[in-house]
Amino acid sequence: MEFLVASAVGVLTAAGLYLTLRKRTFPVIIGLSLLSYAVNVFLFASGRLVVNLPPILSDTAAGYTDPLPQALVLTAIVISFGMTAVLVVIALAAFLNADDDAVDTKGDSAG
Amino acid sequence: MSLFLIVALPFLGALLPGIMIQAGRRTCAMATGSVTLLALIGLLAHAPAVLRGEVIQARVEWLPALGMNANFFLDPLGMLFAFLILGIGLLIIIYARYYLSREDSMGEFFTYLLLFQGAMVGIVLSDNILLLLVFWELTSLSSFLLIGYWKHTAEGRQGARMALAVTGMGGLAMIGGMLILGDIAGSYNISDILQARDAIQASPLYVPALLLILLGAFTKSAQFPFHFWLPHAMAAPTPVSAYLHSATMVKAGLFLMARLWPVLSGTDWWFYIVATTGLLTMVIAAVIALFKDDLKALLAFSTVSHLGLITMLLGFGTELAAVAAVFHVINHATFKAALFMTAGIIDHEAHTRDIKRLGGLRKLMPITFVVASIAALSMAGIPFFNGFLSKEMMLEEASHTTWIDNPWLVPVLATIGAMFSAAYAFRYIFHVFGGPERDDYPSKPHDPNFGMWAPAGFLVILVLVIGILPAPIEPIVFTVAEAVMGAHGDVPEYYHLAIWHGLTPALYMSIIAVVGGAILLALHRPLDRAWLAAPRPEAKAMFDAVVAAAARAAGGITGRLHDGTMTRYAAIFAVTTLALGTLAYWTGSVGPATREMHAPAIVPLVGWASLLLAAGGLVMFHRRRLLALVLMAIVGLVVSVGFNYLSAPDLALTQISVEVVTIILLLLALNFLPKETPVESSSARRTRDGFIAIVGGLGAGALSLALMMRDFAFPTISDYHLANSYKGGGGTNVVNVILVDFRGFDTFGEIIVLGIAALVIYAATEALLSGPVRARLLAWKSDQTDAGDAHPLMMVVATRLMMPVVLMVGVYIFLRGHNEPGGGFIAGLVVAIGIIMQYMASGFAWADARQRYPYHGIIGAGVLIAGLTGIGAWFAGEPFLTSAFGYFRIPPMQEFELATAMAFDLGVFLAVVGAVLLSLESFARIARKSGETVPEYAMDIDPSREEA
Repeated sequence: MEFLVASAVGVLTAAGLYLTLRKRTFPVIIGLSLLSYAVNVFLFASGRLVVNLPPILSDTAAGYTDPLPQALVLTAIVISFGMTAVLVVIALAAFLNADDDAVDTKGDSAG
Repeated sequence: MSLFLIVALPFLGALLPGIMIQAGRRTCAMATGSVTLLALIGLLAHAPAVLRGEVIQARVEWLPALGMNANFFLDPLGMLFAFLILGIGLLIIIYARYYLSREDSMGEFFTYLLLFQGAMVGIVLSDNILLLLVFWELTSLSSFLLIGYWKHTAEGRQGARMALAVTGMGGLAMIGGMLILGDIAGSYNISDILQARDAIQASPLYVPALLLILLGAFTKSAQFPFHFWLPHAMAAPTPVSAYLHSATMVKAGLFLMARLWPVLSGTDWWFYIVATTGLLTMVIAAVIALFKDDLKALLAFSTVSHLGLITMLLGFGTELAAVAAVFHVINHATFKAALFMTAGIIDHEAHTRDIKRLGGLRKLMPITFVVASIAALSMAGIPFFNGFLSKEMMLEEASHTTWIDNPWLVPVLATIGAMFSAAYAFRYIFHVFGGPERDDYPSKPHDPNFGMWAPAGFLVILVLVIGILPAPIEPIVFTVAEAVMGAHGDVPEYYHLAIWHGLTPALYMSIIAVVGGAILLALHRPLDRAWLAAPRPEAKAMFDAVVAAAARAAGGITGRLHDGTMTRYAAIFAVTTLALGTLAYWTGSVGPATREMHAPAIVPLVGWASLLLAAGGLVMFHRRRLLALVLMAIVGLVVSVGFNYLSAPDLALTQISVEVVTIILLLLALNFLPKETPVESSSARRTRDGFIAIVGGLGAGALSLALMMRDFAFPTISDYHLANSYKGGGGTNVVNVILVDFRGFDTFGEIIVLGIAALVIYAATEALLSGPVRARLLAWKSDQTDAGDAHPLMMVVATRLMMPVVLMVGVYIFLRGHNEPGGGFIAGLVVAIGIIMQYMASGFAWADARQRYPYHGIIGAGVLIAGLTGIGAWFAGEPFLTSAFGYFRIPPMQEFELATAMAFDLGVFLAVVGAVLLSLESFARIARKSGETVPEYAMDIDPSREEA
């Protein structure tokens, strides 16, 4: 199980990194989204993996998983939506202004 | 009046002029004046106690961990400076009321002036050097604003920049010096530092600290070679020159040297640096002043010269020199402020400040003539004027100062300085007011109205009173001088301020200076010609060259590093991170695995395989953007299911709903962006990126595995949360209790960030739609073929039916959140999705017309509710965001729980709904601008509607 999660984090990171290094805005946005999946899962996994022991208190529960990383990741998921949205609007504005969705500035070495 | 209030009054008062100007210029000036007067009265109320030797204190802890506290104290030295700042400030406000013309925005002027005043009072009353530094920088900033007050003049802008660059640089150096000083003394409180003389002077860091602090003081007080900014600061309106650049701000450096005199002085370093700098400044500036034709430039260099004189006295380090320094601070403030005011009057009436175009004003402006003459004679050092007393004390001290075994150097140079000082003072009288009346003044001069000359008149009365009868002011001067010296010196018993000290060397030096000054003035014409013919270094040209070179160098480096190739930055960032990770791996150690690996079940294996396939597919097919979105959605789905499987139901719910809105958002954007990504990078580049990606992926994966296979190295705080969630927070869903209670402050910050992100999107869209893009959008041709039916009947009906259900589910999720998976975040996302469904199915216009509350308002309400809930705890005497809960029973319902955390969660809910919808709505508005048809009716086909 741990290997599955770890390899998933690795694959998501690799795919995210590769797409982040592309030259157009859209793949970069997708890449950053993949990276945030990877980071969120990694943070979540720092509470160690536990099956079927949700952090909902009850008299019959056999135990609980670590609730703290979950709380942190929950807000991180929502915030990463906000950041993605900001990135998208910037990318869109850049495209509509310049009719070009390239990430790199061209021919303007000073700026 | 509390010291806090005295310092705060000018700052609070700075809000007034901008408002009061609506009621007229007189009201505006009166409001400004009353603020200063009030602070002055508050200060003077402390005067009897301070003169008795008490030290008034006011302290409050601000950042105690950093040693930064808002501590103020009032001793005689602070009292004197605060009195000068507020007293002269009051006169300047009256003067400026008449000086400023109708075109000048008076509200702005007085706002800056009061800001400056507050900062200055803050400096002289601070008992904490870090606090003092804050005020110190504030004076540089407000001085910048005041010098550049006439924004339309190039001199104003350049002068302001130069002053800010020089004093700001000094301020930076001083921060370093002050930190060293505080570090040696073990406290940042001035009263503690003043006790640590021996430790400070014995420290190896004494010299660096001294140099850095003096750099700050010298730049502020315009000492050679940093004097050049002051004459350029004269581009400011004359009230500013009189106030900041002669009477107060430039004395801040002197104040600081006086304040730290007990711990820093008494060493060779102190004597040779401070006394020499002062002496050089005094002589050089006095010589330059004689050859300046602009009245204000003459006065500016004379100010520099007199500041040098005081610096030199402080540098001597003797008791009587300290007395002379304090006395000259007072005297210089009175006669120089008056002189500046007269210069302003002449400029105001004759429309020129050029001495070569003036002369003969004696009969035309008799009052101004008398006022200016008294002040100038005092500056020249003529008996019965106050400048004579302190200048003679200076000469007396200079006469027995030995500079590296040379007993002649200091007295001779000091006499030469005094001689030039007398010469330019005489010139101010004879070349402006003396001589024949002319008929080519730019404007026919006459005396100004009472309000304009009264402040200067008041000051010259002081000049005369102190000059003739110094005895009444003697106790004040001595008390302040003893405050300067602290425990390291006293004013000798036998010493008194007097006009006649007998036939001392100082008297002969004074006579030489005055007579020599008169001779110099008589020879002014040939001397002036020689001066103009001689090559002189031009400070401004050198300064501009240095600035230009620095800007070129910075531009070169930036251009090279920051050339807009953002993919390269990303690669460098990734490689650096990987390198640091590798370094950490090599230098650190990893213990053996301590946990068993869980055996994978078949379902997780399927999920894992689909995630891997989707991620691989994304890399392969990312050029087809719609397909990429589908694949990304698969990844998100697997991650959500994975969260659920691994005991995180809240995360699963959040992830799946965020997934929905993210995909909708990207679809909206894709409506405009190209649908394909072209092949651009070479295969070498792709190989390189692939290599970075694979190494990064391996690293991240290995790190995760290593982490998961080991137990916690330290006990975690999670057990505390589990144990107290129900007892303390009243909820059984620990994750939700952490969000709304234990770490409520984090969540509060988070919803604010989310709200700001949504507002940024809204603002960016607004800017986009009102800019040149608008025309482009109006002519937009979609590259997609339209669907035959933009608003399909079935979808419209289905979403309408779903809406109440979605809302109910949202409420349900919200209410159960405290005890079961759910809560404000998830409920907010669910409701937002419900509303987005209406937008998608029924069209933007239709849904928007039914949306009653603006989304900004919803975000604001959310943050406000969450904040107010937090503040509510204050009324129960608890810290911010402390929650309370209780159980209630209203028959016939079952017992239920109410918690304040629920109100907080409501705030979270509203902020999330508002933020998500505002972002998506912004995109939809772009689509609408592009001519996307918005049907008037919700359904394209409506049987009940007759076709028109």
